[in-house]
Amino acid sequence: MDQKEIKKISGSVAIMEALVAEETEIIFGMPGGANIAMYDALYDYSQQLKHILVRHEQGGIHAAQGYARASGKVGVVFVTSGPGTTNLVTGIADAMIDSTPVVCITGQVAAHLLGSDAFQETDIINISTPITKWNYQITDASEIPSVLAKAFYIARSGRPGPVLIDITKNAQVQFFDYCGYEKCNHIRSYRPKPIVREQYIQQAAELINRAQKPLVIWGQGVILGRAEQEFKTFIEKSGIPAAWTVLGAGAIPSDHQLNVGMLGMHGNYAPNVLTNDCDLLIAIGMRFDDRVTGRLDSYAKQAQVIHLDIDPAEIDKNVSTTIPVWGDCKETLPLLTALIDKKEHKDWRRKFQSLYKEEIDAVIHAELNPASDELTMGEVVQLLNEFTKGDAILVSDVGQNQMATIRYSKLNHTRSNVTSGGLGTMGFALPAAVGAKYGAPERTVLAIIGDGGFQMNIQELGTIMQNSLDIKIVILNNRFLGMVRQWQELFNDSRYSFSDMENPDFVALAAAYRIAGKCVSEREHLRDAIKKMFEHKGPYLLEVMVSKENNIFPMIPAGAAVSEIRLK
Amino acid sequence: MNLETPLKQEYNITVYTENHVGLLHRICIVFSRRKINIESLNTSPSEVAGIHRFNILIFETEEVIRKLCRHLEKLTEVLKVYYHTNEDIVWQELAMYKVPTSVIAEQVSVERLLRCYGARVVVIRKDYTIFETTGQREETDKLITVLQPYGLIEFVRSARVVVIKDSEGFNHKLRQFERTAVGEES
Repeated sequence: MDQKEIKKISGSVAIMEALVAEETEIIFGMPGGANIAMYDALYDYSQQLKHILVRHEQGGIHAAQGYARASGKVGVVFVTSGPGTTNLVTGIADAMIDSTPVVCITGQVAAHLLGSDAFQETDIINISTPITKWNYQITDASEIPSVLAKAFYIARSGRPGPVLIDITKNAQVQFFDYCGYEKCNHIRSYRPKPIVREQYIQQAAELINRAQKPLVIWGQGVILGRAEQEFKTFIEKSGIPAAWTVLGAGAIPSDHQLNVGMLGMHGNYAPNVLTNDCDLLIAIGMRFDDRVTGRLDSYAKQAQVIHLDIDPAEIDKNVSTTIPVWGDCKETLPLLTALIDKKEHKDWRRKFQSLYKEEIDAVIHAELNPASDELTMGEVVQLLNEFTKGDAILVSDVGQNQMATIRYSKLNHTRSNVTSGGLGTMGFALPAAVGAKYGAPERTVLAIIGDGGFQMNIQELGTIMQNSLDIKIVILNNRFLGMVRQWQELFNDSRYSFSDMENPDFVALAAAYRIAGKCVSEREHLRDAIKKMFEHKGPYLLEVMVSKENNIFPMIPAGAAVSEIRLK
Repeated sequence: MNLETPLKQEYNITVYTENHVGLLHRICIVFSRRKINIESLNTSPSEVAGIHRFNILIFETEEVIRKLCRHLEKLTEVLKVYYHTNEDIVWQELAMYKVPTSVIAEQVSVERLLRCYGARVVVIRKDYTIFETTGQREETDKLITVLQPYGLIEFVRSARVVVIKDSEGFNHKLRQFERTAVGEES
């Protein structure tokens, strides 16, 4: 290194330099005793690095996740040591299971105090080890540039995930010889992308060309791999009906003619039933979660299975594969498309249409056109579609509100569905919507949340207020932990053990945060209320009182086979 | 569906890793999160600078072992993972036995001990003597039984170290790791 390029800077300034070099646009975080030096450096970088002060560290990481999901970039979080770090744990676990690229930079007590039970000392490295893709503790400032370069590289490459970098206070204030920042693109023990094996592509193509009743099931891998176009080309040439996991939603538009709906526990009837009828299952960037497969020993046993995944550990993990296609689907899909015959599978697709009709008759029609005066979640989502026209980012929470949103929302674009999939984190939606808005400022962000989950990160109304963030919040209020109540009704003889809720006045609460709002319970007022919400400039909270005891159907009861999906 | 209960047996997992703080924890939780016990664990530097070799002994079915190995290989600091049954490997454990020199000198035929059990003397002091043997579990166990009546003071046994029978070109492969990608060698 050229002698004159070396300059003395502090560890904290090196962190800022790293973030600028990694093209970080925004940081979500909260200052405290052990990261105050970082925040002092940030003060001088506020032109280059936007920082959003959250109200709770959990809100910070969910915002970073929402940002990452909406933008495809790495979310960044700053927190202090001790409780600051433990408050991240739920979000880190959520990002891990949903493969979301996030870099958490945590303050830590000074190195000489490590292990002494110092004030706000928590061993976050060991706490976060099982739920991070990688983590590392920096005790010397000179490590900062190379470790942060590695952190960003690991978080965003291969199958993305959360990385936590814990930086002791002494390293933050220490001056060291800084020789500039070099991005990382290689780690000796890390292979983010498996090599594509030509023979498997050929074998997979042969199976596809021979199949009479093939079914494609796709997951978030298509979105994470930015392979939406490659995916669309593949299904359009093959003519194969395609169904999606919760996190795969939106990779192709909801109304694409080959889109046959959602898989799994509350998915659509046809793809679940026909999973156990198809002769070839082509899984793309999905991991056969138990909410998708139901009972594994009666899942698609009649079918051969092709599994495309970037993570070799997913192959044969839950469902044994006939042909594994390791690799990045952005590379493997075009190779496969080139080798397959153009087909239409008309008769086979008709089966999906006729089962969809059954679902409409048994479930969807009544959900969207209820006979009772009480509002259903489905009809609210349906009405929201009329205003979003499918162009909004929908951020849903967890439970019935999530299933209704994902089942009935119209999505025209990729990166439009932000929700907590694998972990099922209630309280995710409100902060994630904050992040999604920063990740895609030009898009409408609509958060659809239950009355239970809304209260689990309700403090982020403060963040929305302080930044006048234009987020539309819809609370689907059934005065219950609705999904728990549904299970209690169906499987515990309606013994509603601690699932009913006495709620605050949400509109008054929003008003306390200077956020406009309205509550509706009558069908005749709903359209007008939604219209007002979208016309309002700035944040808005619409509370919709929905039926207390509605259920989400169809449903695959826990432990049942996908083909045992119940319509009522 | 295979209706027979899959056979659990001992598998020797060989893991090549970088040498970083906390990696042992990362490796251990791959097992502990599934409530799988580690029967024996050895970790030490390999023949390549900066690369460590773990030998981990696990009692499980092959299906579970295969998943464990895939998960281990996914860890950022892990280069490569192999698993083998006991038939596929040659293994040894090292054992050391500390006994009072006075008793040993008077009552035990040391020469016989050394011959029968392949033991070697590591240290002789006035107050104690340390023997060492290398072998499999039963062999090292036998010497405990022999020495117990003579006032065994301390005993220690190392983890299992393993050489794989069919490891043609292993060292070469290890040197190649850094240039290859997952799936290129298997």
